[in-house]
Amino acid sequence: MESIYADIQYQDVPVEKKQRLFDEVKADMRWETQLYGCYECGICVAACPSARFYDFSPRVFAQIMAREDVHAFYELLNDSVWDCSQCFSCTRCPRQNNPGGIITIMREVAVNNGLQSAKDALKAYSRIIYKIMSTGTQVAPDMLQPDFFPDWGPDVQQVSDNLDVWRRMVPPETMHTTELAWDVSEKTRLELYMIWKLTGNLEMIEQIDEGIFMILEEVMEELLEEHGYDIDDLDSVMDD
Amino acid sequence: MSLPIIGAAGPPKKAKDRIFDRGDRMPATYYKDQLLDLEAKGELIVHRITEENDPVEVDTKYGRKKIIPRQNTWHHKSCGQCGHIPGYSTSIFWLHRALDYRYEDPRDQTSCTAWNYYASSTSNPAAQAAVALRNFAQAYEDGFYPIIHCGTSYGHYKEVREELLHHQKLRDQTRRVLDKLGKPMVFPEEVVHYSEWIHVMRDQIAARQVRDFSGITATVHPACHYHKLVVEDAVYDKELYDGQRTAIVSALVKALGAEVADYSTWHDCCGFGFRHILVSRDFSRSFATIRKIERMKEEADPDVTLTHDTGCVTTLDKSQFAAQAHGRNVGIPVMSDAQFAALAMGAHPYKICQLHWHGVDMRPLMELMGIDHRKAWTEFEETSKAIKSGEQDFLAWEDC
Ligand code: SF4
Ligand code: SF4
Repeated sequence: MESIYADIQYQDVPVEKKQRLFDEVKADMRWETQLYGCYECGICVAACPSARFYDFSPRVFAQIMAREDVHAFYELLNDSVWDCSQCFSCTRCPRQNNPGGIITIMREVAVNNGLQSAKDALKAYSRIIYKIMSTGTQVAPDMLQPDFFPDWGPDVQQVSDNLDVWRRMVPPETMHTTELAWDVSEKTRLELYMIWKLTGNLEMIEQIDEGIFMILEEVMEELLEEHGYDIDDLDSVMDD
Repeated sequence: MSLPIIGAAGPPKKAKDRIFDRGDRMPATYYKDQLLDLEAKGELIVHRITEENDPVEVDTKYGRKKIIPRQNTWHHKSCGQCGHIPGYSTSIFWLHRALDYRYEDPRDQTSCTAWNYYASSTSNPAAQAAVALRNFAQAYEDGFYPIIHCGTSYGHYKEVREELLHHQKLRDQTRRVLDKLGKPMVFPEEVVHYSEWIHVMRDQIAARQVRDFSGITATVHPACHYHKLVVEDAVYDKELYDGQRTAIVSALVKALGAEVADYSTWHDCCGFGFRHILVSRDFSRSFATIRKIERMKEEADPDVTLTHDTGCVTTLDKSQFAAQAHGRNVGIPVMSDAQFAALAMGAHPYKICQLHWHGVDMRPLMELMGIDHRKAWTEFEETSKAIKSGEQDFLAWEDC
């Protein structure tokens, strides 16, 4: 089937590849509750923060997926999907659609297939993947550095200069940490890593950033072995 | 020719004069029944709120009564709050201590990891469900009821609940993971956000208020993942916004005698964007300042804006520095409902509320609240010096 857009991008990509990725989105168990048809009313666009500052529209996602226009789908998958804020303001849809949810699934497909556009969108971000996967906390006090947040003003410098003392000036004992948001016990960090391994998540990380994947695997599996866990017992449980 | 109005004696009423009443139009079945069905089939354990949790009921969007536990709560912390706005979590704990409610601040807790999930999609539903249920199992084993600090964790756990209820395959995958971890499969009967605890405690908080907030005007920003993502759990109150917007945060502000000022972009997101706030901040900054802060300034000129989520406090606060440098009409202090409530009850602005971690200048607001911020900062610095010199290890609750 031709795209509804005459000037569609990625015309050199074989339609079979586009169709395969499209089918992966539709095979996701969440798919059946994301899209029920579309009035083209634009309510989702009016509510959408990303639509205000990007060439982006949740309505277009609903329309293109409903039309099954795999060419336009592939363009959205590469050029638009990472602009979404995942705020779910678009759930105000009168048809009960969830354009943000469609986008969540599309992103997962982009990551699982190691699309270059996904790698580019997540390039600066992957060190955060390491933080969350290895510590169980996504952001930590030691990330408050002027080179990472130059636009947040001089307070970031002050926090960074006084980090150790200021953290010990926070009364809850769990929060006297600098590398983690709070003191997550080692047992719990290992359990978290086991979850990533058992659910096939590490392969997703490998698709996006092989370097981060290798460090993560090395550091965490050494720890697991130190604590007497059998790595061979942690094969994916997804297909049982 | 005039058109007849069917079924009406006169012209239709104006929106402001209409009566909004849900009556008993509550959905006949809802997720709690489904959870109990699964429990009856032996699939999972429903973690119930009992009398030991000193529960109270509140109204929700579609009229269902939601039960909020007040006592013996297991605090599912937020990485953004603990990591970058530590006065947020500290204030939640301080309120529990000051009002004499028992809580657990666990080390065996991970974040929900949903910030990463919404930012990078380097995860899948089975992993996300397993992370949620590992935490819930831990709370159950520890004997406390989970209460969630982050708006996104709260939103995401509601999503996880929906997915688990509807997909046998996902339940089976999650169970296999939990079996490997040696954990039971537990889901709490209510997913509870800390701001709901504050909401139901607002009269007790007001009764212990020592600072006068009557001269303060506040705008409220409700978190998207609180009231838009799986909407039926959010707290509504007929007395506020005619029951048509969530009452959360606004009801507290009113209870504390401050004025809640409205503005036209109340429903808009803050611009956080998950991925954007970390690596594409031009978007977050533009949205937060142009669509939220500047609108509030022009339409309400508030002394403070209050919200109840990690990402919202961060984005609305930190985005203002660059906008100010460009001469934009910004400069509104931003804090959480927990910090606002703690300040009302006399909490130390730096030792408890940790306001020095926020970007926008809080001093004019503190003056309005009757706080001597110079004295407070001197007190903070004195203890910091003692810690720096090794004389003291850390700031203990008793020293606050
Ligand atoms: S979830 Fe994405 S598409 Fe939906 S309103 Fe938010 S930014 Fe727009
Ligand atoms: S709000 Fe729903 S029906 Fe309206 S344009 Fe968006 S997706 Fe289509």
